[in-house]
Amino acid sequence: MLRVWQTFSFILVLSVIAAVIALPPARPISFQALGRDFNFTIGAPVIDTTILGQRFNPQFSLKQGLDIQGGMQVVLRADMTKVAESDRETALQAAQSVIARRVDLYGISESVVQTSQQGNDYRLLVELPGVEEPEQALQLVGRTALLEFRLESSNSAALANATASAILSPSYFLDAFQPTGLTGQELRRATVQFDPQTNEPTIGLEFSPKGTELFSQITQANVGKVLAIFIDEFPVALPQINQPILDGQAVMSGGFGVDEAQQLAIQLNAGALPVPIEVLEQRVVGASLGQESINRTIQAGLIGLGLVMIFMIFNYGFKGFLAVMALGLYGLYTVAMYKVIGVTLTVPGIAGLLLSIGMAVDSNILIFERMKDELRVGRPFAIAMEKGFGRAWNSIKDANTVTILISLLLINPLNLSFLNTSGLVRGFGMTLLLGILISLFTGLVVTRTFLRLFLQAPSAKNIIEREISGGKDV
Amino acid sequence: MFNFMRFRIVFFLISALVILPGLYSLVRYGLRPAIDFTGGTLLEVRLPVTVNTDELSIEELPAAVQASFSDLRLQVTPNNQIILRGKTIDDQTRQKVLLALETEYGQIVPLRFEAVGPVIGQELVIRTLVAMILAASIITLYVARQFKELKYGVCAVLAMFHDVLVILGVFSLLGVVAGVEVDVLFVTALLTTLSFSVHDTIVVFDRIRELRINHPRLPFEQVINAAVLQTLSRSLNNSITIIIMLLSLVLLGGDTIRWFAMALLAGAVTGTYSSTFTAVPLLLSWEDLKKRMAR
Repeated sequence: MLRVWQTFSFILVLSVIAAVIALPPARPISFQALGRDFNFTIGAPVIDTTILGQRFNPQFSLKQGLDIQGGMQVVLRADMTKVAESDRETALQAAQSVIARRVDLYGISESVVQTSQQGNDYRLLVELPGVEEPEQALQLVGRTALLEFRLESSNSAALANATASAILSPSYFLDAFQPTGLTGQELRRATVQFDPQTNEPTIGLEFSPKGTELFSQITQANVGKVLAIFIDEFPVALPQINQPILDGQAVMSGGFGVDEAQQLAIQLNAGALPVPIEVLEQRVVGASLGQESINRTIQAGLIGLGLVMIFMIFNYGFKGFLAVMALGLYGLYTVAMYKVIGVTLTVPGIAGLLLSIGMAVDSNILIFERMKDELRVGRPFAIAMEKGFGRAWNSIKDANTVTILISLLLINPLNLSFLNTSGLVRGFGMTLLLGILISLFTGLVVTRTFLRLFLQAPSAKNIIEREISGGKDV
Repeated sequence: MFNFMRFRIVFFLISALVILPGLYSLVRYGLRPAIDFTGGTLLEVRLPVTVNTDELSIEELPAAVQASFSDLRLQVTPNNQIILRGKTIDDQTRQKVLLALETEYGQIVPLRFEAVGPVIGQELVIRTLVAMILAASIITLYVARQFKELKYGVCAVLAMFHDVLVILGVFSLLGVVAGVEVDVLFVTALLTTLSFSVHDTIVVFDRIRELRINHPRLPFEQVINAAVLQTLSRSLNNSITIIIMLLSLVLLGGDTIRWFAMALLAGAVTGTYSSTFTAVPLLLSWEDLKKRMAR
């Protein structure tokens, strides 16, 4: 009996934790029912404590997919025909970094810019949540990076006196630094190197023959001045010319960290290896469509859930009621799990969740039917129950293994290029997989514990205890 | 005991009755692939309530709209919404179309715009085929391994193909009647159905295996029959909960997943049927055939 209570306490603790995570942020609820007004606030308690000197303030929220919150998704192809084979990956990375920076500057939060390679195709997948004016965003994303070297202008004294507000204006830097005619076209590549003496990371720049000539002219004439590097009319580095460089091999040093140097090199390569970009696929979802879909889908889900509950209770009586309780916990665990793992919720994903609720009761039904069989044969209740669980396990295991394998095929966790990569399909697969795993737990552990605790024929109590502590079959 | 297996011809006939019209439609008309597969453009907008969308036809659309799309198709959906489909257009053309619609009808709400290049479409076709083949092989291998006899694996897979044919047929007919298209979500539903189908089949097979071990002297037909009787209520009860969920999604759920839910529903229904009334009778026919061959 002790073990059952232990499991029960474990379930209880788990449920409280899940509830804290799953509940939405505190929000007032008011509605009218039975001619009365109800006003109260429900929501998760705020956790903000210090454990072992570490601040512990977890924030859990459900990520919404583009099809729910609205936004734009584009698949771009980078045209690599003019880029040497060995530089292609660098060029793709560079394009990614430039697009990510532009998107950030534009103020789109939670955007995603991913690279992928599909045979000989180099691609970028860009997701811009909340963007409803796709034309601007598309221009932002599709433009090729423009890198220029700009020289500090002669009236820098005046600029030094400029007010803070002037510095913040975009034109300030463009005025302060004048074009030199040297651009990304003349830059071959940028690489991260390490200073042999100090072992500090530096960035090496390599110029084309024409660039070498231009660069040596500029550096000869302007020792001591700043030769700024601009990308998309925005300064990314402000190195000073220490000596004339004639061989087209410049080194930028200046106390970067390794990460910083790498980031900068990637950005510079975007200018050095500009790749024209072409739109392969574009999807724009208005936020209103997503909201409508999700509201109606959730409503449909709740109605379906209610019907499933009624069906279970009607069919299996008190056992059914316990299964419904377990189903409630199932819902709680699932939402908590989504938040912890960070599942992006899409409309098909929600359908997957609802489907898995329908399937979650399956293990219960299998077990209950088995119990009925055992009772029919004339076994005492408690034994019938335990046998029901034991016997049903085989079928449950086999049947669910297949569904798990299929959901893995949909999720494509290894990112195999010959399998599906659509976010919608992955969302569905993910919710299906989590649904099955959690439903196995609620169906087998939770329901079983409930049944053992709340549904005992008194006469059989001893037999159960003996069975739990000792042999399996009686 | 009620002898189910005596009626196996009837069960096969019912399957044929459902599959054959769908198959005819599939061969004759095929499926209507969405732009996910073919590449192309889809633009969905909501028109003001003052416009009677029910009587709208392509010829009545503003000239600029008609000129922008090649292969323009118009579909009117509930809530005064229209869907325009055609060959791929770029973003500028999309803006032109929206502007033209706005000048013609007044305040419009752009809901959805999708432009899929032909490359992506071809890739999806290949991916779909790969996924289906992989799924079918995984299931066959798993079932064959689990039951240690080839016939179980083969019958489970045949039942699975039965379900795939039913769904393809249903959607081919829906395509002809209601212009329903198959997209990437349809493929997802198809794969999920495979797992449904085999899920139920495994439960019955499992019972057959168990009964055979416990009653080695009983003839195979009786064992099968007993297994079907014993698992039928579980199979039905379980499917009812899934069908309740899916039916409420089809009837009340969001527009974007209506046909997805419909495909899953068709899958759930045929998956339940095929486990008991296709896979198991096939198992018996397999045995009969083996006996006859041996003679």
